[in-house]
Parts: sequence; C-alpha cells; structure tokens
Amino acid sequence: MQKLLTWVDERFPLIKVWDEHLAKYYAPKNFNFWYYFGSLALLVLVMQIVTGIFLTMHYKPDTQLAFASVEYIMRDVDWGWLIRYMHSTGSSMFFIVVYLHMLRAMLYGSYRGPRELLWLIGMVIFVALMAEAFMGYLLPWGNMSYWGAQVIISLFDAIPGIGPVLAEWIRGDFVVSDATLNRFFAFHVIAIPLVLVILVFVHLVALHKVGSNNPDGIEIKKKKGADGIPLDGIPFHPYYTVKDIVGVTVFLMVFAAIMFFAPELGGWFLEHDNFVPANILQTPPEIVPLWYFTPYYSILRANVWNFLWVDAKIWGVLFMALSLVVFFLLPWLDRSPVKSIRYRGWMYKTALAIFIVAFLILGWLGTQPAAGLNLIVAQICTLLYFAFFALMPIYTKYDKTKPEPERVS
Amino acid sequence: MSNDVVDRSKRRFLTAVTSGVGAVGVVFAATPFVLSMMPSARAKAAGAPVEADISKLEVGQLLTVEWRGKPVWILRRSPDMLKALPNLDKQLADPASKVVDQQPTYAQNPTRSVKPELLVVVGICTHLGCSPVKKLEPGSDAILGHDWPGGFFCPCHGSKFDLAGRVYKNVPAPTNLVVPPYSYLSDTRILIGVDQKGAA
Repeated sequence: MQKLLTWVDERFPLIKVWDEHLAKYYAPKNFNFWYYFGSLALLVLVMQIVTGIFLTMHYKPDTQLAFASVEYIMRDVDWGWLIRYMHSTGSSMFFIVVYLHMLRAMLYGSYRGPRELLWLIGMVIFVALMAEAFMGYLLPWGNMSYWGAQVIISLFDAIPGIGPVLAEWIRGDFVVSDATLNRFFAFHVIAIPLVLVILVFVHLVALHKVGSNNPDGIEIKKKKGADGIPLDGIPFHPYYTVKDIVGVTVFLMVFAAIMFFAPELGGWFLEHDNFVPANILQTPPEIVPLWYFTPYYSILRANVWNFLWVDAKIWGVLFMALSLVVFFLLPWLDRSPVKSIRYRGWMYKTALAIFIVAFLILGWLGTQPAAGLNLIVAQICTLLYFAFFALMPIYTKYDKTKPEPERVS
Repeated sequence: MSNDVVDRSKRRFLTAVTSGVGAVGVVFAATPFVLSMMPSARAKAAGAPVEADISKLEVGQLLTVEWRGKPVWILRRSPDMLKALPNLDKQLADPASKVVDQQPTYAQNPTRSVKPELLVVVGICTHLGCSPVKKLEPGSDAILGHDWPGGFFCPCHGSKFDLAGRVYKNVPAPTNLVVPPYSYLSDTRILIGVDQKGAA
C-alpha cells in the first residue's frame, strides 16, 4: 500500500494536495452552526448531479412525452419515485442551504476584503443556480412549468430594441414550445451543471487562498506561532471534517423526513398546478414561481407606475435585475471598520433585521395575488430591500462599533 | 537568433495582434452555434392561418382558438357592452389604440374590431405573457372592486383590460391586447392570420 502511494505520489501531487487543502489547511477554531452550510451545499450539489443522471435515463424531453415520462418515473420505474423526490426536494434544500450560507456571510462580514472575489464567485454560482433551477422547472411540462417559463422568458422581451429577438432566440420559437423544452433540457443536464462544478471548484480555490473568515471577523493569519501556523487555526481534517459529518447527519435527517413524508410540502416544494399537463390555452389561476424565486417575483410585480417615459414593465424587470446586482456590490458598500455583527453597532443590526424581514415578506407576497394591500406592502418592502443596500455606506460608516479582539474568542 | 535584449513593446504588440485575430476567429466559430438557437425553418412555417366557425357563438360568449401556439379569443359583445366602452376612456392608458403595433389598421377604431360586436384578440397579457382570465360580467368582484364594468384580468401581475382589450392605467401591462390580423371568409367564418382584403 505504501509502495503504491509512493508510486502515485511521484507522478501526481497527492499528498501535497491532501496536506494543503485538508490535513494542513488551518481554519479558524471558532466556527459555529453557520459554518455548516458551505459543505452542505457541496453535498446537495453532488446529490443533484447523481439523482439527475439517473432521472435522464427515463425522462423524455419532448412536449408530447415529457409529462407522461415523469409519471412513468413515479409509477413504473423501480425506485423512480425516490430518485425523483430526492431531486425535487434537493432543489429546494439547495436554495435553503445557499440562502443560509449567504446570510452567514452577511452576519460575519465574510464578503469583506480580502474575500471580495470569493463573494463575487459565490454570487455568480448563485445566479447560475437560479438559471439551473428555472430551466429544470420546465422539464416536467406541467401547466405551471409552461406558464412560469412563458412569464420569465417574456422578461427579456421587455428589453428595448433587442428584446423580442432575444426572447425568440431563447425560446427557439415564438412561444414556449418543443424547441424550448429540448434546449432547456440540454442546459439543465449538462451546460449549467458543468459551469456550476467549475465555479464551485474556483470558489474553493479562492477560499483556500484567502482562508476562511470566522464569527469574530478577524484574520487568524495575523497571529502566527513560531512554526508559522496561525495560533487560532486548527487543521481542517480531522477537526472540521468530523464536525461537518454531524451537520450532514442532521441535514439528511431533515431531508429524509421531507422526502418521505411530505415531498410536496403543501405545495411549497412541488406546486399543485404542476400536476396538470401544460395547457397553452389556459393560464393557471395564479402563476407562482417556486418559493426560492418569490422575493424577486414580488419586486417585479411591485412596479406598476410608468415614469420617466419608461413603461412600468421595464421598471419591474430592471428592479428585479437590480435586486441581484446589489448583492454583488456588498463588499464595496460596507464601510464599517469591523466585519462581524458581534462588534457592530445598533444601526447595522437593525438594518439587517429589517432587510431579512422585508425579504421574507416579499417571499410570502410572491405567492399571493398582487392587488390592494398586498401590492402596497410589496412596494414598501421593495423600498426597504433597496434601502438596505443604498444606505449601507452611510449607516455602516456612522455606526458605533465595538473594538475587535486580538484573538478569536 | 541574437542575444540582444528582448524588445518588450514589440512582443506585447504581437501578443495583442495574435489575440485579436484569435478573438475574431472565435466570433466566427461561435456564430453558427448562436444562430442555431433561433426559431427553425419548421417553427417559422408553423405559423399557418387558422379558421374559426362563429355561427354558434351567442351574445356574450367567448370562443378560444389556437393560432401560432397562442390563445385567440373571439367574443360576441352585446349592445350594452359596446355602449359602455367609451365611458371608460378616462381610465385607460391608450383608449384610442394609438400604439400602432398592437392592431392592424382596420382594427384601430373605438371597438378595436372589423365588425363592432365581434372582438378578436390574442389572449396573452402584454406584460409578461400570461393568459388573462375572463371577467366579462359587470358588477362586484372580490379583487376588482364593486364597479367592475366587465373585461379581462391578468391574475399573474394584476393587469386589467376592458371588453375591447384596452389596458387600464397604472397596471403593469404597458399596451392594449394584440389584435391579430384576421378576415371574414363569410358571415360565420373568420380566418385568423390573414389580413382583411383591401386593408392591411
């Protein structure tokens, strides 16, 4: 065995990679609950790829056959129901894990220097994940699949000038059709997963270059022992591999509970209207995207005024796009001298709390009809959403912060 | 090969030129792939006209036919419905159908139709492409208020249209519903997708 290892190591830097990224990769010793979600996201990515591969063995990307082939997987394929539910539950769990992963970065200032690029790569992964989820949702060819795709592709229609041609190019037809389904299949099963895997690799490379942030938001590399190892660092393996196994175990228990007992989760993970085949003459009574898109959908719908000679429709699309763009700017909007929420003052804490509440309300309203009071509340929450980012340079600058400790606590 | 010092500016220039030529090649190589995603010849040819028989369409009834993968509504409006149309003008964004692309010229009139009673529109919201629901009956409505005059309501984003497919003010949809090109083959048959003779 030792001889084999030596043979390989002379030809491939196996031990070097192992040491650099696991056994001698020093991570801060004070990671808490919030630090589970990175490794969990990686786990879900692998689960989605594996279950996805097995689903493609039975699924047919053809408008005449797609809906029936999903039912075939559910009823006739041995264990097909389990693989499909694992995949559908996995997609929602992916977003839960990623949203918590992002919230962690906002709590502890993980997007701040020197981790700006790490944050940007992460945001690109998030956008790619949204595209992946959106395209995957068309594949069952249910009525919500069809009309959801119709609405989202029409967003591109709103772009002045090139919009209509761009929308036709995306659809490959004048309406969502077989051509659209076929290409979304191609993007969903190979193009975007490939991009995701590469980006996740790049994300990890960038992380291991700058090292993890921690709940205190201070750099452990500033205080090193005589041996050059950070005093507050512990080797990732075995310390954090073992910790992550605990997280994985709990996560899989929750995952299995949903998958076995409530795979639809009352319409939140699998929408009721999608159990009806696509009908191009009949919009579902309420077009609702899956929960992970509803905050942005609310922002889209909240814009109902034509102003500055621009249609409300275009403002809606613009603000929805902007609601993602502002996340990319976070590292440069935050002017606080400290990173972690532990040492920030009341202003940032209040602002973040308001933002989280506004985000959740927007998410809820995205599932409800948009009229009357709902619309007004959505407009207020949209305003708060953007105020969190727009005012950040001001309130983070004037906020009264506490001094950061020298060493992690 | 001389052992003189390297001319760095020449090297940079050559690198830039080589990269530039390479980039042009990439653009040319990408073109067929990008264009392959446009609607195919078959998709373009599929836009054939559709015939609709309206002999059995009663007053106040709405018939849906499929044309180019879109729902087209044919509504036989009652005299009361037609009489109410001008009263709404102040609440509408484009009461006189001035936006040219939304209808053929022969439908650019107060009723937005060739024959006043028969409305032919594409049942796709001009906001983001949902199909609005029919709320043809005037009266009280849970969402639309107590004085709803009858029309169409898009459940997706709350846009409202009147019984001529004209859009209300302050809703997300920017323009009136599209009137497709259509012509009468006889009193009871409509051909959707072909312009009225002598009009267009």
